[in-house]
Parts: sequence; C-alpha cells; structure tokens
Amino acid sequence: MEALVASAVGVLTAAGVFLILRRRTFPVILGLSLLTYAVNIFLFATGRLALNAPPVLNKYADVPYTDPLPQALVLTAIVISFGMTAVIVMIALSAYLSTKNDHIDMTAHETVDEAGEDA
Amino acid sequence: MSHWIVAPIVLPAILAPFIIMVLRYHLDLQRIFSVAGTVGLLGIALTLTAQASGGEIQVYELGNWPAPFGIVLVLDRMSAMMVLLTAVLALPVVLYAIGSGWDERGRHFHPLFQFQLMGVCGAFLTGDAFNLFVFFEVLLIASYGLMTHGGGAVRLKAGVQYVTYNLLGSTLFLFALGTIYAVTGTLNMADLAVRVAEIPDEDTALLRVGAVLLLLVFCVKAAVLPLHFWLPASYANAPLPVAALFAIMTKVGSYSILRVYTLVFGPDVNATAGLIGDWLLPAALLTLAVGTIGILGAQHIARMVAFGAIASMGTLLIAVSLFTEEATAAALYYTVHSTFAAALLFLTADLVMRRQGGAIAGFAPMAQSGLIASLFFAGAIALAGMPPLSGFVGKLLILDASRDATDFAVIWAVILISSFVTIVGLARAGSLIFWKSHEGRHNTEADPENADELPHLPAPEPNPGLAFSAVFGSLAGLVVLTIFAGPALDYAESTADQLFAPESYIEAVLGGDQE
Repeated sequence: MEALVASAVGVLTAAGVFLILRRRTFPVILGLSLLTYAVNIFLFATGRLALNAPPVLNKYADVPYTDPLPQALVLTAIVISFGMTAVIVMIALSAYLSTKNDHIDMTAHETVDEAGEDA
Repeated sequence: MSHWIVAPIVLPAILAPFIIMVLRYHLDLQRIFSVAGTVGLLGIALTLTAQASGGEIQVYELGNWPAPFGIVLVLDRMSAMMVLLTAVLALPVVLYAIGSGWDERGRHFHPLFQFQLMGVCGAFLTGDAFNLFVFFEVLLIASYGLMTHGGGAVRLKAGVQYVTYNLLGSTLFLFALGTIYAVTGTLNMADLAVRVAEIPDEDTALLRVGAVLLLLVFCVKAAVLPLHFWLPASYANAPLPVAALFAIMTKVGSYSILRVYTLVFGPDVNATAGLIGDWLLPAALLTLAVGTIGILGAQHIARMVAFGAIASMGTLLIAVSLFTEEATAAALYYTVHSTFAAALLFLTADLVMRRQGGAIAGFAPMAQSGLIASLFFAGAIALAGMPPLSGFVGKLLILDASRDATDFAVIWAVILISSFVTIVGLARAGSLIFWKSHEGRHNTEADPENADELPHLPAPEPNPGLAFSAVFGSLAGLVVLTIFAGPALDYAESTADQLFAPESYIEAVLGGDQE
C-alpha cells in the first residue's frame, strides 16, 4: 500500500507541475487542484498508514491506533484549498471576461495606469 | 495568563465581519470603525510591546490546552515588535486609503483590510507551525481581495498570477510541514526544537529536506531571488495603498525565517548547521543586485518602487543569513526601516500616478508637485540608505555586523555598489518626473508666456489633506526611527539576545505544563 500511496502522490504532483507550466489559466487551475490533491494525500500519510485502527489511544489494551492529527491537518488543508480554487476560478473568469484572453502571462508593458483610469 | 496576547487577532476578526454584515452600505461608518479598530490595534500592540520589553516570554494557550497538544500564541520581544510595526504601518495606510478615495472604488475594502491585519498579527504571534500556515492563508486570502480591489483588466490578470503563485507556495508549505511532522511527530515550534535536537545525525535526511522546503516557502513570501517573480507585477498592479500594506507581508517571510531558523533549526543543530545561511546569503546578495537593476531599468514608477522593495528585502536577508546576534539586531532595525520606506514610496507613487500616470517621463506640471517631490525625495533617501534618515543607520549596522563574516568583501561590495546604483536610479526617476515636467510637453492650452508659473491645479483626491498627512505619517515613522535609533537598537539587540537563547522560549512554552 505504501507504494500505491507514494506513486499516487508522485503522479499527481508530476501532472500538477506539468499543468501549472501551461500558458492558459484553465490548465493552470487544474494543475493547482491536482497539486492540492497530492499534498492532501501526502499529509494523510505523514501519520503512517494504518488500516482499520481507531484514531484514539486505548489505555486498557495494547491495540493499534492511527494518528488523528494528520487527519485534522488534511481537513484544514482541504477546506482552504477548496475555497482558494473557487477564488482563483472567479478571478480568472473575470480576468478572461475583461481582457478577452485567458493567457496567464502578461506582456512587459501591462501595468495599471491610474491617471488613465481617472480621466 | 494574560488575555491581551490574543487581542490583536480577535479585534480585527470581530471587526471585519461586523463591518461586512452590519455596515455594508454605510461607507462613512465603515471608515470610522476601520480607523478606530486600527487605532485600537495600535494601543494593544503598544501594551504588548511594553509587556514583552521586560524580556519575559508570555504564552497563551488557546482553549487552555497544554502546549504540545494545543495551539499556543507566544509573545516575545520579536513578535511584539512585529505586531507593533504592523499596527503603526496600518494606520497611515488606512488613512491614506480613505483620504485618496481608494476605499470607494470597490466594495469591502475595510473588512478585507481588517482580515489582512488579523492574518499578519496571527502569523507573528503563533507558536505553532501549522497555525503559521493557517494565518499565512488568512493574510493571503485577504490580500487576494485587496490586490484586485478596484478591478480593471490588467489588475485582474496580475491578480491571477499572484493567486497562482501563492497557492503554489501554500502547497509547498504543506509538503514541508508534512515532511517535518512525519519525522518529528509534532508541529509546536518549541516542541519541534526539542525533538529536532534529539534526532540522531544519521536520521536527519528527511528533516533536512523539510527544513529546506520550509526555507523555500518563506523565500517565496520574502521575494528572494529566484522566487521573487510574483512581486513586481503584483505590487505594481495592486492599488498602491494596498502595496504599501503589503510591505509588511514580505516581512512576514523574513520574520518566519528568523523565527524558525533560530528556534527550531538553530545554528547549534547538527542536522542543518550552516545549511540555511550558506544558501540564503548568495540568494540575498543576488536579490539585492536584481532589485537594484530593476530600479534602474523600470519604466513605471510603481514597478520601480516594487523593485525597491525587492532590493530592501535583499539587504535585510543578507543580515538575516549571517545568523549572528549582531547581524540579527541590525536586521530587525532594518526590518522596521524598510517597511516604512517602502510604504512611503508606494504612497508617494500613488500620488504621482493619480496626477500624471505611472510612466517615468516628463509631463505637464501636476498639482502639489513641490510637496510630492519632497516626499519622493525623502523616500528615495530612505530607500537608498543615505543620511540623515534611518536607512543609513540600518545599512551601517548591517555593514558593521558583516565585518567578521567570511566573505565580508563580497557583502560590502554588493551593498555599497547597489546603494550607489539605487541613488542613480531614483535620481533619474525623480528628475524625469518632477523636473523635466516643466520642459517641452505642456498642455496645448497652457499659455507659453507663463510656462514657468505653476497653475494651481485641483488635487485629484477627495480629501487631499488627509491623504497627504497619511503619507507624512509614514515619513514621520522613519524620522522617529532615526531620532530614537539608540533605544530602537537597544530593543533590537535584546530581541536578538532572546532569539539566540531559545531555551527560555522552549521553557516558557513547555516548561510550565510538565506536571
């Protein structure tokens, strides 16, 4: 199972990094999502992999248990990354609608010019 | 257990939703509450600094859970100083945003501003590595909103880049924390310090990976070369008062580097001894060089100031990367200085951009050009590190502290040459914007006979008095820091003392609870 989890993290990260290096916003956002999936699985595995074990210590018997802390961390990370994906989708959409292109790169001369806005 | 420690986080955390939900359609009330909240934060920060300056480290256990299990907030000299710096910076920025009418250009400026303060204060106060990640996210989420405040095609596009880059940074942060947790089984910084020191040398490969990943994350925040690419486009396209507030965000990165690599992976830890400083120093030198070249080459005033911010981070991190007490004291002094200098220049750049746009070129005379030129001049002196302002003191301290370093010749050469190039770059921009403006390119309707006489143009700000006093407020910060350089340096030195004696920190967090 370790090999399965490790290769899942590896494949997701590789695919995520590849997509992030694309030029348009949609693949980049997909890549970010894949990376967050990778990191969630990775975090989950940092408490070691244990099957069918409760996340509590038992002081009456020496039974296996699984570390509950990474699960709490993963929960936090999932919530944050989910919310952030929504935010970046919205910003990317409004950028696409106002510039009529969805390239993520900017030309060297693209800088906000306030006087132009006010005039 | 004093409850004041949690106040810098709770106050904005309550104020921001209150403003969103109750004062949604009342801009005047929003402004009053936002300023009052910032003044309140300043009061709290002053109280906390007074408490911390005695040298006692106070610990606040959230939910009363004892230290390695629950999350703790820790107030020592460095966190108190950074919270105070945040509050002092926030006041002129919020006043400027009101005076210049920036907060009218989109909705929810004030709640986002308060959330940003909450995240920054939380990041400075927390004593838990995962909680540091959460507060990083809080400040970043607020900054995404502030960065795209006011909208516009270019700003939104820059916003997409900014959010993408920071989400990548967050992912990296989680990988780093996961690695460190997998090795040590804890995320409390004091507990981490104990466990890291106990790990035998042959088992530290993964730990070193975690330490370096964490350094990368903090370098993204601190805009260290080669991870600085997000900064110029983001800061130059953000509303400039927001960019002035963001001056504290790069400091969150340098603060975290100082905190983690003195406490957890300190200079005495075998696993990472020398590793961090050896990598950070060349990166910081390159950052300074690239920032300076950027100042010289920028065609746009906001980009120029953004590169100035990168250069000052380079100078700051040179001092940080030496990891000696003297250099750290100099770095702390320079942190305060560079925050105010960057804020002053960003606000001045906003004044210029409202009048004639951002291009560094001659234009028709602008309203209040004398006043703005003197502010720009003061900011340029501060950024370049010329006397009489505090940049000179700061750079002198850093040069002095690096005298014993192995490659001090390189450090001195880079700092001194870059200071000179900064002076040239800023002088070029200043003379093009403020002096060349009276030659040639006049408005066609202006009378050529009276070309030397400045017309009395109206200021574009809705409340120019407030806007200008806010900019002078951040200049006053620099002046105060120069006049009281002695006491400020004393405080910085005792802070460095405290940082390089992490036993007292560990004792304060873990000691009281081992029953």
